[in-house]
Amino acid sequence: MFQVTNQAIDLQTLVDYVTDPEAGAIATFIGTTRNNNEGRKVIALEYEAYGEMAEKELARIGADAAKNWPICRMAILHRLGAVEIGEASVMIAVSSAHRDAAFAASRFAIEEIKKTVPIWKKEVFEGGEVWIGTQTGQRLPDR
Amino acid sequence: MKVRVKFFAILRERAGCGAVEKELADGSTVADLWRELQKDYAKLDVPGIRMLYAVNQNYVGVDQTLKDQDEVVFIPPVSGGC
Repeated sequence: MFQVTNQAIDLQTLVDYVTDPEAGAIATFIGTTRNNNEGRKVIALEYEAYGEMAEKELARIGADAAKNWPICRMAILHRLGAVEIGEASVMIAVSSAHRDAAFAASRFAIEEIKKTVPIWKKEVFEGGEVWIGTQTGQRLPDR
Repeated sequence: MKVRVKFFAILRERAGCGAVEKELADGSTVADLWRELQKDYAKLDVPGIRMLYAVNQNYVGVDQTLKDQDEVVFIPPVSGGC
């Protein structure tokens, strides 16, 4: 299960998906919106995706994880739109026979998401907003 | 030939639209398309960022030759996750 969605994500959906009789471990990761970043008071993060390609890249991450570790099943859901403080933007669940593979694969997945999946976040903070990753030392001009 | 361009995130805001069709000379590359688009959208270029390129939802190099009806996306630094 590798999807982007405009809805809030429910962890149980992912856990149910990766539950497997061969598995002795399920690792889950939840990425949430933090109320501060680099000294700014964050109000919300707004996520946007090139949806079709993002889902292909998420599936590629799942395939790579399965090559690197003996995992049973993996699920990644990434939320789009405004994600308020404390809410989840991304959830990962991985099942495997033994715990090491599940921990390693979930760590791999979140690091890869940040590098290759065409999803962008705009940080809306007190006093402005910025597309994360485009900063060149200064705030972008207001629209 | 004609290609379809989609804009996302900071490029969508700078272009003022999410998608455009662009007529190009045969044999044009991704780099050629980017140069042409900057004539249409003066504020499109974001100095100091590293851009990636996708054609038909696969990452490609900037020298990739385009074909009629290709879907091209310019990918500013991604920042998914949390």
